[in-house]
Amino acid sequence: MASKLYTDDVSLVVVLLDVNPFFWGGALKKTTTTTTNSPSVLSFSNFLNHVLPFLNSILLLNQLNQVVVIASGANTCGYIYDSSETNTSEAGVGGSGRMPDLCERVLGSLEEFVVNDQRTGWGADPTAANAASGMLSGSLSLALCYIQRVVRGGLLHPQPRILCVQGSPDGPEQYVAVMNSIFSAQRSMVPIDSCVIGVQHSAFLQQASYITGGVYLKPQQLDGLFQYLSMVFATDLHSRNFIQLPKPVGVDFRASCFCHKKTIDMGYVCSVCLSIFCKQHKKCSTCGSEFNHPHLEPISTSEQK
Amino acid sequence: MSNNNDGRRRGDEDEEDEEEEGGEVAMEAWERAYADERSWESLQEDESGLLRPIDNKAIHHAHYRRRLLLHQSASSLRIQKGLIRYLYIVIDLSRAAAETDFRPSRMAVVAKCVEAFIKEFFDQNPLSHVGIVIIKDGIAQRLTDLGGSPELQIKALMGKLECSGDSSLQNALDLVHGFLNQSPSYGHREVLILYSALSTCDPGDIMETIEKCKKSKIRCSVVGLSAEIYICKHLCEETGGEYSVALDESHFKELLLEHAPPPPALAEYAIANLIKMGFPQRGAEGVISLCSCHKEAKFGGGYTCPRCKARVCELPTECRICGLTLVSSPHLARSYHHLFPIMPFDEMQHALPGNLSQKQPQTCFGCRQSLSHGSTSGLYVSCPNCSQYFCLDCDIYIHESLHNCPGCESLRNTKAVDAMKT
Repeated sequence: MASKLYTDDVSLVVVLLDVNPFFWGGALKKTTTTTTNSPSVLSFSNFLNHVLPFLNSILLLNQLNQVVVIASGANTCGYIYDSSETNTSEAGVGGSGRMPDLCERVLGSLEEFVVNDQRTGWGADPTAANAASGMLSGSLSLALCYIQRVVRGGLLHPQPRILCVQGSPDGPEQYVAVMNSIFSAQRSMVPIDSCVIGVQHSAFLQQASYITGGVYLKPQQLDGLFQYLSMVFATDLHSRNFIQLPKPVGVDFRASCFCHKKTIDMGYVCSVCLSIFCKQHKKCSTCGSEFNHPHLEPISTSEQK
Repeated sequence: MSNNNDGRRRGDEDEEDEEEEGGEVAMEAWERAYADERSWESLQEDESGLLRPIDNKAIHHAHYRRRLLLHQSASSLRIQKGLIRYLYIVIDLSRAAAETDFRPSRMAVVAKCVEAFIKEFFDQNPLSHVGIVIIKDGIAQRLTDLGGSPELQIKALMGKLECSGDSSLQNALDLVHGFLNQSPSYGHREVLILYSALSTCDPGDIMETIEKCKKSKIRCSVVGLSAEIYICKHLCEETGGEYSVALDESHFKELLLEHAPPPPALAEYAIANLIKMGFPQRGAEGVISLCSCHKEAKFGGGYTCPRCKARVCELPTECRICGLTLVSSPHLARSYHHLFPIMPFDEMQHALPGNLSQKQPQTCFGCRQSLSHGSTSGLYVSCPNCSQYFCLDCDIYIHESLHNCPGCESLRNTKAVDAMKT
């Protein structure tokens, strides 16, 4: 990493925001039923109140810092904000302070995004079980493409990192795609930080942060979200060497099986293509090889050695 | 600055030394830049006779397309790949390895490339094992046992870099044959020989040994450093391996790295099997626990067997208590892009700027780069599945590193359609 000719404290932060209505609708329902402002749930507008100042504070830390926001909704995901574009096109027009500018732009394109997102999902059957999961694979892929473009751009570029703010549960059907993205991020040395605001831990994000050397955090008190974000995720990569960051509580390395897309901790692996199955099969559905002795455990041979 | 001057002075002295030894060996760094890199070849003349740099991007992309399409046609046959490999790397450290036609010497080049190869190999074949054998003074010697740790192998090799004596192909094959015969039947047995010598001094009939390797289904490949040798070619042909001879350093590295991706599996070579495996969870940092492999109290880290809850330190391994094969699922997932490759994108040509009535994509879906701006040739690509548009850079990145189409991944509907198709 040191071979590149950029200063060590300029960052490019790609923030993946979870705007899935299924998740936020569920959260809202909880707030109304519990009547009091329970600390573990957060409404969407409150969430934005925490996130927008955080985005702004990253930009304030260094004038060269760059922030890109990608929203992932129920059916699509897409770019909603890019600080480098604001600088060039609207510097003359906007002129005023940056804070209202950022807010306005993020909120404006977010609204547009949500409307589009809803329209895309119009024709599809609302299979709630499927749509409730996040669109992690898509937003990660977009973020990595963007980062590649910046890295290609020249010798002098900000240090990239990705921050996932996710509340929706993992979609096991995205397992292969998410893993591909994680490995690609690892190869280009882009850490993936994750901040989980849902009820459950996210196995995908745990693995992503562990493999790429990012920080995984599940805040206890969601009404202090801004503080968590600014204390843990605002620091640039170089300064991270000097501060005590939260250590992982453990990583869930379970895989999804290919046959039922279930998350399993024990399963059968095809020796030809390494597909994972939760039950014994006669034939591998991925590579088509037939298994001769499904009950023979090959462990004995290696033990003799 | 002072450092720089020192370096200059030392350089001058070296130069003088070399001139004393033999006039033509010494070549200034700037001379080499011209002699070796042939910078004039990257220029071309345009219609009016002016020089301009070759449009590397377009050529680069064309190369990549050819590679991709080739790959695509190969994988469409649904060739099974041997993903669990047991590979011995045989390194010839005979007298011939000391020759300096590869700079600084054949041995040093081999060592450097093997290091890169081993890393790449484990990246692409996560559950495979590698061992190293060296040939020296007419005898073969096993440097490392088959193992899954790249660091250990590289360290062992770097400590043993000396060459002398003759080379013996038969001794090496006999030795490897003995070891590979013990490997499990579902794995693919392979030998990769890096051969510097032009001859082989064997104690017996090498044809018998080749026959023996063939019978044990060991795939032997050779990368030669000097000239083509009949016996190596024969060996590779008989056992289904590949034989290649390197022209220079970079060609050698290229040839060696070609052996890193899993080879097409021949049906009769390995018996398909379902292996029961566990995917343990990693324990929290800073927790003290007893591990079952070293029988010691360990601080933090470690993995828990999902069946018997015993603690192990490293993956992949076998649980000491219940015998379950334990792997980390990211290990397996590294190879999944071989199984689910994404389709090559269709190439499109940007229409002339005057023709605005036609609906044209403005930006690349992946990186938001302007499509008309990015490339001089006006080329861009589109995914046949989700029909999103991408720039050429993203196209290469998506197919060579990411292995996901961002367009398809960010639309839930197309994915549902996809799932129904398969």
